[in-house]
Amino acid sequence: MTISRRKFIRNAAMAASAVSLAPWSANITRGAARSRVVFSHTAVPEGREEAVRCLHALDRGMEALLQRPVREAWASLFSSSDVVGLKVSCLAGRKFSTHVALVQAICTRLEDIGLKKGQIIIWDRLDSDLDNAGFVLNRNPQKILCMGNDAVGYSRELYEYGSACSRLSRLVTERCTAIINLPVLKDHGIVGISAGLKNFFGAIDNPNKYHVACGDPYVADVNMFAPLRDKVRLTICDAMLAQYEGGPPYMRQWNWPYQKLLLTQDMVALDRLSWNIIAKKRRQSGLPSLEETGRTPGYIHTAALHGLGNDDMKQIEVVET
Amino acid sequence: MTDADAHSRRAFLQSAAGGVCLLLSASAWAASAPVTPAEKLVEARYYEKLPHRKIRCLLCPRACVIDDRETGYCGVRENRNGTYYTLVYGKPCTLHIDPIEKKPLFHFLPSSATLSLGTAGCNVLCKFCQNWEISQSRPEQLPALDLPPDKLIALTRQKQCPVIAFTYNEPVVFTEYMYDIAQIAKAGNRHTVMISNGYIQEKPLRDLCRVLSAVKIDLKAFSERFYREMVSGELKPVLDSLLILSQEKIWFEIVYLVIPGQNDDSQELKALCRWIVRELGAQVPVHFTRFHPQYRLTNIPATPLRTLEHARQIGLDAGLHFVYSGNVPGHPGENTYCPHCQKVLIQRIGFAVAANRLGDGVCPHCRQLIPGVWK
Ligand code: SF4
Repeated sequence: MTISRRKFIRNAAMAASAVSLAPWSANITRGAARSRVVFSHTAVPEGREEAVRCLHALDRGMEALLQRPVREAWASLFSSSDVVGLKVSCLAGRKFSTHVALVQAICTRLEDIGLKKGQIIIWDRLDSDLDNAGFVLNRNPQKILCMGNDAVGYSRELYEYGSACSRLSRLVTERCTAIINLPVLKDHGIVGISAGLKNFFGAIDNPNKYHVACGDPYVADVNMFAPLRDKVRLTICDAMLAQYEGGPPYMRQWNWPYQKLLLTQDMVALDRLSWNIIAKKRRQSGLPSLEETGRTPGYIHTAALHGLGNDDMKQIEVVET
Repeated sequence: MTDADAHSRRAFLQSAAGGVCLLLSASAWAASAPVTPAEKLVEARYYEKLPHRKIRCLLCPRACVIDDRETGYCGVRENRNGTYYTLVYGKPCTLHIDPIEKKPLFHFLPSSATLSLGTAGCNVLCKFCQNWEISQSRPEQLPALDLPPDKLIALTRQKQCPVIAFTYNEPVVFTEYMYDIAQIAKAGNRHTVMISNGYIQEKPLRDLCRVLSAVKIDLKAFSERFYREMVSGELKPVLDSLLILSQEKIWFEIVYLVIPGQNDDSQELKALCRWIVRELGAQVPVHFTRFHPQYRLTNIPATPLRTLEHARQIGLDAGLHFVYSGNVPGHPGENTYCPHCQKVLIQRIGFAVAANRLGDGVCPHCRQLIPGVWK
């Protein structure tokens, strides 16, 4: 279901009472509750002006998602004592990674609610991936931290759920108290699509083992590891650019400016919608469906069965702002 | 990976019984950034280029199709802009001097000191892996040495090791490094042995047979179900590899890790032994070794001795001439007996040879020829 921003604002007061907004409640959409995904329009942030627009899109999106003013919205999810990890997606290099401007906007809002720079960690799999995507590596806690898993290593403990068994980045297990997931929306040559759930393959030591069988049930199982389940409080999918074929690397011919941020606390709902977006674009471009190419992202439904969120379109509320 | 050959990073940091640890720099493990040599990439062999900067790896039966900037299932071979590279060439993360009995190879230069090395990565995912801390890691997660083939050969000479063993993780995934070492070693009259799961395509295996001296294959079970559920692999390609080794006439032995309730069914063991006798010959040594709880199989107890003895008896009844019990130090099943007169030829205690009465590969009692590489 899609509702306009005006209609959303009209309904917001009523809806607020129906949705749990307990602080740190990343799991509010688990189980039977409806899930909200906000589509916030913005252009690709190429200059200073566009970066400001990106910040505005973020603000509109947060207000729409959590139904309260920006500052309160952020404060309902994070406290000034949190160490917040921003899990970006950098594998595809500078042309098709989580935009630096979006990450800067998020850092601004986290600082606004009292987090110090050293309490924010931008991270991905490798230092070199972050560097290639335009992030400035930093270990100095006087500034916003930025580092790859390779800089800190992986947990000694093995985390196990279903078919998955991995060590987690020590950033997840030891450093962060909360995580914001910042994936990119793209087609994926093996698992069908890569959006919210798949981005946490960048948190484990052995993602190479889980690209078989279209990542099903592995993607879902990895997201069941307790530290991830407990710490991911918000997902903001960077769909300012998106790609409907040839992913995960950047492929100019299949990349298009979708010009949206997708905000949610339900990664399963986000992935379900992402699949629809990519399916539609593939149809329009005359490409076979993901099912026809043998890349059905079945892990999304498996994640729903695990209770990680909703993949039933009737239970997903889409808000456009 | 068998228990005898197990080499966890923890064990490796302690002093290992029966072996000498050479790689001390690994103490950086997990506490800080790995100490890895500067990146010097070597292009992989055995792959084909596909449209849109994809490649297909042709090294092992998985035949991974890999996008730009991605690695294959083994995690140590990476596509960079449509060219495939090995990330572990010249970068062993573990290096040891072991007796050859630890591999185990019982019919190959008994008591020889082997310079044993392994890198990160594996092309299967055994739930019972004894070396999972290296086999299931990726190169950037482990400290490694900078040891190109010529330097490694020099070290072998310096340490007076007549044999080099590719082991600990799955050597197939570092095949370029292994091949180049083996080629140099062969020219210099040194031996090389591969301790492998046999999960490799025909062409690279036949190429390796030209330069290696011996191979040990870990046959994990004799059922596709076990390979699917416990190994994330397939049995058929491993059996094909054994047939190729037999055709190539390279010396090889088979190890079968017996896991209670998983691959110890009498019928399965009988079928396995009959297949070996029929397809490979009765002279192929088979080691039934004891499982210890590890990795994801910590809920299964160690293999009871009677199960190992039963497995050995099944092998002997099937007509195999050399059937061993492994990981049971001091057990008579560790010894080599003459298949003709039944006298003890080589007496072993754990990885040590207590007595070797086998002269030039001939039983001193009845002159029976004993297959193997003895000098
Ligand atoms: S060697 Fe590695 S990359 Fe190549 S097919 Fe096997 S698992 Fe895949």
